[in-house]
Amino acid sequence: GLLSERHLMDVRLGELPMWLATCDFSPQGLLGGIQKAWSSYCNKYINVKRGGVAGVSMLLAGYCILSYGWNYQHISKISFLVSI
Amino acid sequence: MNLSFFDQFSSPYLLGIPLILLSLLFPALLLPSPNNRWVNNRLSTLQSWLLHLITKQLMIPLNKTGHKWALMLTSLMMMLLTINLLGLLPYTFTPTTQLSMNMALAFPLWLATLLTGLRNQPSTSLGHLLPEGTPTPLIPALIIIETTSLLIRPLALGVRLTANLTAGHLLIQLISTATTALLPMMPTVSILTALVLLMLTILEVAVAMIQAYVFVLLLSLYLQENI
Repeated sequence: GLLSERHLMDVRLGELPMWLATCDFSPQGLLGGIQKAWSSYCNKYINVKRGGVAGVSMLLAGYCILSYGWNYQHISKISFLVSI
Repeated sequence: MNLSFFDQFSSPYLLGIPLILLSLLFPALLLPSPNNRWVNNRLSTLQSWLLHLITKQLMIPLNKTGHKWALMLTSLMMMLLTINLLGLLPYTFTPTTQLSMNMALAFPLWLATLLTGLRNQPSTSLGHLLPEGTPTPLIPALIIIETTSLLIRPLALGVRLTANLTAGHLLIQLISTATTALLPMMPTVSILTALVLLMLTILEVAVAMIQAYVFVLLLSLYLQENI
């Protein structure tokens, strides 16, 4: 179908720059994109009949990884060769 | 650079944004807003069950006027619960280890209960300063003691939460450092220390939940006296 109406997962790698050009990068567009992504995540993993721990665990794992990235500069300065 | 055990309590900054902001906003993602469906997903059902349990427990001792505090107390409870439990994950930051945040929560809420009591029923509120049946010579001393205990309540609320969580996190960091340091030298002692670490983590999960509950429970008790 039309390139701009396809989801990111359905776009082939070669068509990626063209798809990015059709994206709406205004603040409303970005917020709408975030909202769409969040609701599609919820509908796929949480709003299901027999949802398990996986839906929430992925969120928690993402949070841990994000916190690690936030802390990285500080953690990288710790040297484990110091005698305790 | 030396490893300082208190470094975990300073909020790290990335591009000028502190991590505490992320830690305060993230629980909102984990708690789905209720929708109008008859049968919800499992996460929403669990959350509704927990909220009903908490609200029932908190609202039973309060009279009708006290029920206006339901939203405040329940949302406070959910926030503290999620923040404390999320702080046990690796590399995360716990905002409730900061005394400033806990005092900012405790002081206004305690003051609100006190002012409600003093405004609506001043004699009863002041009457709480003297327990029934005290011998007459003891009355002046007891009034001073009760006033001190009243004024120290917000400090106690804030510091209790801070101290419990900070102590727990510090203990976890210390024992895990010991385990890692002992591993090349004495593996058996290291395994024993790892067992201690496992028990400590279970304790910390319990403490996280209990401390949130105690905070809100004490506030509701102060409310009962004054409403």
